[in-house]
Amino acid sequence: MAELARDTLREMQLRMLRIRAFDERASKMVKRGHIPGTVHTSIGQEAQVVGATMALGAGDYMSGNHRSHGHPIGKGSPLGPLMAELVGKATGVCKGKGGSLHLADFAVGSLGESGIVGSSIPIANGAALSSKVLNNGKVALAFFGDGAANQGVLYESMNMAGVWDLPMIFLCENNQYALSTPAHTVTSGIISERAAGFGMPGIRVEEGQDVLAVYDAVSKAVARARAGDGPTLVEVMTYRYNEHSEGLRLGTDYRNAEERDAWLKKDPIMLFRHYLASHGFSDDELDGLQATALAEVDAAVAFSDASPYPDLSVAFDDLYTDKESAA
Amino acid sequence: MTVMSYLGAIGAAQREAMDADERVIIIGEDVEANVYGTTGGGKSRSDKGDFLQRYGKNRIRNTPISEEGIVGAAAGAAMTGLRPIVDLSYSSFLYMAMDQFVNQVAKNRYMFGGQASMPVVFRSAMFYGLNTGAHHSDRPYPMFMNVPGLKIIAPATPSDAKGLLRSAVDSDDPILSFEACLLWSAKEDVDENEFWVPLGVARTARVGTDVTVVAISSSVPEAVAAAEELAKEGVSVEVIDPRTLVPLDRDAILRSVAKTGRLVVAEPAHRTCGAAAEISALVAEEIFDSLKAPIIRVTAPDMQIPFSPSLEKQMYPTKVTIAAAIRRVVDLPALQPVAAAV
Repeated sequence: MAELARDTLREMQLRMLRIRAFDERASKMVKRGHIPGTVHTSIGQEAQVVGATMALGAGDYMSGNHRSHGHPIGKGSPLGPLMAELVGKATGVCKGKGGSLHLADFAVGSLGESGIVGSSIPIANGAALSSKVLNNGKVALAFFGDGAANQGVLYESMNMAGVWDLPMIFLCENNQYALSTPAHTVTSGIISERAAGFGMPGIRVEEGQDVLAVYDAVSKAVARARAGDGPTLVEVMTYRYNEHSEGLRLGTDYRNAEERDAWLKKDPIMLFRHYLASHGFSDDELDGLQATALAEVDAAVAFSDASPYPDLSVAFDDLYTDKESAA
Repeated sequence: MTVMSYLGAIGAAQREAMDADERVIIIGEDVEANVYGTTGGGKSRSDKGDFLQRYGKNRIRNTPISEEGIVGAAAGAAMTGLRPIVDLSYSSFLYMAMDQFVNQVAKNRYMFGGQASMPVVFRSAMFYGLNTGAHHSDRPYPMFMNVPGLKIIAPATPSDAKGLLRSAVDSDDPILSFEACLLWSAKEDVDENEFWVPLGVARTARVGTDVTVVAISSSVPEAVAAAEELAKEGVSVEVIDPRTLVPLDRDAILRSVAKTGRLVVAEPAHRTCGAAAEISALVAEEIFDSLKAPIIRVTAPDMQIPFSPSLEKQMYPTKVTIAAAIRRVVDLPALQPVAAAV
């Protein structure tokens, strides 16, 4: 891999810290009732998210899933409107209509997270089709989990992307559990190896807590897509620290303490801090990044707190392009 | 004006739309070979005007048989700058893509606070009345009327097929077009120049004063034929074709029924929760005091469609069953026992 610019390395750590700080705050806010409903955090999966999103260009597209905050943050979306959306405020990135499960920020190419497992995969595929037809050089990436890897629409989409040579990256975030179900108990074979059946490269990133390893793998897939050579399936091995969703209390201990401890020792933010410290970043600078992320989250919460809830009158806006068609 | 068939009019609209805007593409199963006759100048690939030759493989794309993947990809393409027309061939195939229609196509604009535009048209043919059995004979538009965020058209004439499709392609909202195969060969004079029939505006197919028949899709010509029969007995029947089911032209329906005081609603879909049920409820809620007789629905029964021609033919509204319903609301004696479908 080519040597990355210092600013890029710095930005990687900052974005991972943003996701960690944002989701830790969101978790607390759910438990206090400050955020209605629930949220699904990306805590523990920051390297996988940021390695992928930073391998994309600013104009590139992505779609995501229910573990939804990291993707737009990783793509560069400002935190204030994201936090306001989680709370249901009028200033939310989706005007309070979507909530945590349906974050979207078209300004950064985020075409939407999805509460239906696997459902947003063909959306990114369609964005890749647009890029191909319009010949605009953009690529598209679909985030999905190990659970979605068993949805039929993934394979319809991989086939279509393969046969049309779409500039597409299928990014499987394998955190090894579909809610409480261990992936290996419901998944036959290795997910990345399924790519071979569609004539496309399949890459498994075993060190998915290493942001540079993810960045490297996804960058290769992006380069292939941008060159017109077609799609790639990238499977990233990772781990979520929190429960499937905040507030969920499962009766059985489906993940044992040894497993969790082993993953905590490979914490992506800690790992990358060590890397940066050995590559010319001072402790002060690294502490400063953490302070910056926390301050940005404080500001995002303050922005949300100061924002109004949507007026009842807007409930019927944006169903259609014209308000008259809504009942 | 030139004589066009219903299918020919759809082909003309698709060609005009492809010529007018390079962002328009056509994707679907077998569109390259012009199997259904809407992607070519004529019936064969070699005919002048063939879409594949004219527009190339970048804009005319055969798809794999993967409805969920097709519909989702069309949605994603629409959200990022294209204006796809998706040919899903049979309407029964829409079920394969239900998640994408309901959870992505219909919801994305709203869920994302208006960020997403969804300029995409999903065309499908309702193959009923042709002895193709239960899997190919559905008329599923009422299911989709129950999904806010979709707009639905059901043109009944060649002119409306052409003009509504142009409006559909130009719309930034997702449109489902339900086209009855029984109408494919219908012919009439159609303006060969570009024209647009606005969405949400009903057409008065026949003016009358005693009874309003609101008829949908292939029930429109049946209703007009019934009206002509009843005219011989001095009953003046107005036939309203909503053309667009979402948004529905409520005002046109209410205006007509307020004038006539009697309503029959005819459609080829199932009875329960159909468009006829919705239109009946609308009239009963809004202008009950104008009604001089109970509303009657003439629909398909809540049955699957049998294969045998002798069984299938009684399933859909005909001029006979519609005329029988009209006779009931104007207190004329029945000519024959009222058919099961009424």
